[in-house]
Amino acid sequence: MGRSETSGAGDTTPVAPTRQESSSEGSRTVLGTKRRERIDGLAESGGDTAAGVSLAASAWRRLRRSPTFLVGAGIICAFVLLALVSPLLAQHDPALRLLEEQVSRADNSIPPPQPGFPLGGDQYGRPLLSRLLLGSQQTLLVALLATVIGLGGGLTLGILAGAFGGWVDTLVMRVVDVLLSVPSLLLAVSIGALFQQQSQFTVIIAVATVQIPIFGRLLRGTMLAQRASDHVLAARALGVRQRSIVFRHMLPNALGPVIVQATLMLAVAIIDAAALSFLGLGAADTSTPEWGQMLGSAQNFFDTHPHLAFWPAGCIIVVALGFTLVGESLRDALDPKKRR
Amino acid sequence: MTEPGSTTTSSGAYAAEVGEPVADSLVEIDDLRVHFPIKRGIVLDRTVGHVYAVDGVSLRIGRGETYGLVGESGCGKSTLGKAVLRLEKPSGGSVRFDGTDMSRMSGEPLRRMRRRMQMVFQDTLSSLDPRQSVESLLVEGMRAHGLDRGAERTERELRELLSAVGLPASALRKYPHEFSGGQRQRIGIARALAVRPDLVVADEPVSALDVSVQAQVLNLLEDLQEEFGLTYLVIAHDLAVVRHVARRIGVMYLGGLVEESDSDSLYERPLHPYTKALLSAVPVPEPEVEDRRERILLSGDLPSPAAPPTGCRFHTRCPWRQPTRCDTERPEPRDLGGGHRVACHYAEEIRDGLITPNPAEGSSSAGIS
Amino acid sequence: MALLEVRDLSVRFVRRHEPTVSAVDGISFDVHPGSTVGLVGESGCGKSVTSLAIMGLLPQRGTEVSGSAKLAGSELLRLSRREFDRRRGKEIGMVFQDPLTSLNPVVPIGVQISEVIERHRGLSRRDAKREAARLLDRVGIPDPTRRLGEYSHQLSGGMRQRALIAMALACEPRLLIADEPTTALDVTIQAQILSLLRELVAETDTALIMITHDLGVVAGMCDEVNVLYAGRIVERAQRHELFSRPRHPYTAGLMASVPRLDSPRGQRLAPIDGSVADNIPWERGCAFSPRCGNALAVCGQRAPELETTDAGEQLRCHNPVDATETVERADD
Repeated sequence: MGRSETSGAGDTTPVAPTRQESSSEGSRTVLGTKRRERIDGLAESGGDTAAGVSLAASAWRRLRRSPTFLVGAGIICAFVLLALVSPLLAQHDPALRLLEEQVSRADNSIPPPQPGFPLGGDQYGRPLLSRLLLGSQQTLLVALLATVIGLGGGLTLGILAGAFGGWVDTLVMRVVDVLLSVPSLLLAVSIGALFQQQSQFTVIIAVATVQIPIFGRLLRGTMLAQRASDHVLAARALGVRQRSIVFRHMLPNALGPVIVQATLMLAVAIIDAAALSFLGLGAADTSTPEWGQMLGSAQNFFDTHPHLAFWPAGCIIVVALGFTLVGESLRDALDPKKRR
Repeated sequence: MTEPGSTTTSSGAYAAEVGEPVADSLVEIDDLRVHFPIKRGIVLDRTVGHVYAVDGVSLRIGRGETYGLVGESGCGKSTLGKAVLRLEKPSGGSVRFDGTDMSRMSGEPLRRMRRRMQMVFQDTLSSLDPRQSVESLLVEGMRAHGLDRGAERTERELRELLSAVGLPASALRKYPHEFSGGQRQRIGIARALAVRPDLVVADEPVSALDVSVQAQVLNLLEDLQEEFGLTYLVIAHDLAVVRHVARRIGVMYLGGLVEESDSDSLYERPLHPYTKALLSAVPVPEPEVEDRRERILLSGDLPSPAAPPTGCRFHTRCPWRQPTRCDTERPEPRDLGGGHRVACHYAEEIRDGLITPNPAEGSSSAGIS
Repeated sequence: MALLEVRDLSVRFVRRHEPTVSAVDGISFDVHPGSTVGLVGESGCGKSVTSLAIMGLLPQRGTEVSGSAKLAGSELLRLSRREFDRRRGKEIGMVFQDPLTSLNPVVPIGVQISEVIERHRGLSRRDAKREAARLLDRVGIPDPTRRLGEYSHQLSGGMRQRALIAMALACEPRLLIADEPTTALDVTIQAQILSLLRELVAETDTALIMITHDLGVVAGMCDEVNVLYAGRIVERAQRHELFSRPRHPYTAGLMASVPRLDSPRGQRLAPIDGSVADNIPWERGCAFSPRCGNALAVCGQRAPELETTDAGEQLRCHNPVDATETVERADD
């Protein structure tokens, strides 16, 4: 069939391209028309003219069918939405001690749920539900900022180490190793303690610092794997510039695991931030509510009023779960072995 | 073929076509060495030894010819290929490409030089960036060397390129994982050709492909050589493949070139004991041949390239091994006439039957490490 | 009587959300003691799945195995997992392509071999160890007693494959299945291993199923050759007949497309068009027909049956290659 390599191809005499540097003139206009017909028909048997499916598109296709992802993404969307519209939802100013008269040190009483205050008040008589709603903002802010900063720092270190290798790699990795050898919470506490004034900013920096070596080490490993891969070798052989190789070939292909880790880290950041606030390293000014700090200040009332701890703790757990679920499903979706 | 109208600037291709001996060489390799340090250490790495991947190889690749390099795993053939492309830095010796010494080049001049030499890989999936569409894969090299001038012209060139390697234009918008292995190899070849190179180093270009597809790719490589006047360095472990495509063949063993000759004479009159063994070990799909063949079974395994044997690298497994000289003095390749070079002290004696293989070197008496 | 009788073996992979894949589709063949039967084909033709099914090594979830495989008259495919474990190793030995992943990296090879001997042959630990050393020596591993204590990563590829063969031989199985045993090895090492396998078959009356994609290996090893395509046997013949006169266009195409060491240089290869992605399902016609140079209209409409030719070969093709020559041959 179709083996038509006849002499009828006389008008398509291959013209060898000139070998000078200036050969970029249209010297290859009559490229291989010889067996074009036959092979084209053959290769066309796939038959479609549709655009191909990129890696990201095929990952998204699988994500959409994953129940894990849908649940996780649902939680996160709800959380973000809540953070955005919470000022509208909250009926009271969270800083105001509206129920202060119901607080009594003597008999250790705290305002119970009542009309207008579905969850009652906290130990200062501030409206608990409003604080919980508005607390989502701070929590989201801390988690996001800490992870973004941690990711940024980690990416820088990872790119430096992975792209250059050699002594840069050795140096960066020794620093990372030292940071990693300190227990993360201890590191965060010590960094928090470095600041003279405790604030939300302290928490963010402390949590971010813990994350930097984790991201750095992860990215360095995947970058090194990419550096040794054939397609990077091919790009080098093509004469693609080093910068382009690092940012267009190595980094995008190395990012998959980092993206997954970042999602998981958001959950960790929320928990770490809560822990720091709980330990009293968060904002001294408690007028802006934050879940971790709410949980921390509820510690004196665990026995008598467990609901004060239950609500913020529950929120933290659910949101952290959301991020974890998304991270896990991303890990599956980005795994090239499962791609078809 | 020889129409008077066609501009015949690439005379090398024509010489190869006609069968004349190739006078000028595109690649000249002299005493090339690539040694990889073995590092160990806790805080700071310390070099504790070297892997002698390529250890003193000299050869010439003529313009427009196909040079085949065979050898088994660990013989250094791939490293040699990468050193030719200057993807590995030589530890010693020189690689001259079209008269320019590549081993001393770096930075921007080296990057510009890369346009003229390209590589085709064994692993068709990992050698293509999974995130790039075929179009972006092909355009990248052109862009790096300022060869893409105007969207329309680039588009036309891409289509021509694809059709030259036998892929439909619709492939442009697809991604590597959507193709079969054979088609991916065509993409890899198109990528190499996009920058209009003079030399293509093909490292095991077909060994990862299905048998029925291998022939398609080998034929394609042949056609493209004819069309573009390419020079090939084909590296493979499969002697049958190399013999099929290559005009001259070099046989490597443990970092060194043990024999080099034109393809027919290597097959008909192998002179080096290793080549003899290699030829006798390649299965031939013909029961009569298989039943009649005399097999030279080598004893033992390949020694480690980090601790190569003294003297002749092959003496630990050589059935024709002679006392003293073989394990003390390393033989240099000698020309035994007609460009047939052999690195063996006793090549003539073995050829003339003056030395016979040591009796019953069965596979059971293997090399002791 | 044949040692192994495989009849109408089919393996289907059933997965949720995905179409069912028919990996092996009604394969039948016999293996006699002291003979070597080849299963040849490209990746995805079902040759490895066939061997895994006979060995009972396919995952139970998601696979449907039907048909029968009788070893010395007793059915293998209905065995329970436990019974299979008992008979595998004892009656059937298997050698895989990748010797590194087939050996346990944290147990010395000597222990791995003598364990098998202890379990299946009931020897004492000491005798088992002595027997293991004898086996290593038998497969050409030098200094066997020392090697017994080594781990798989300390051995070279060829030595590992020998160790694996020794393990497969540990219980003197009547049937040995070798799945691409030399694909991962260098040619000179491949020659060593193939000659070892040839010796074993000749000396011990073991039956060997040789699974490979390499026609050269087949030509030197097998008595009878089964060519597989898309899960079915398309041609079965004795090796001399098969290589001198391939009848199925796929077999002929394979032979024409491999570069041969002894063919004159510059001879152009005749590749098979397309790739396995072009196949059509057997229900619709001959799976090979879209790639076939001999295809007729009927090929795309009705799948051919495996029929015995006048020359005694078996062939699944509507329009085989050079039929005239066959007739002549059949006459004389």
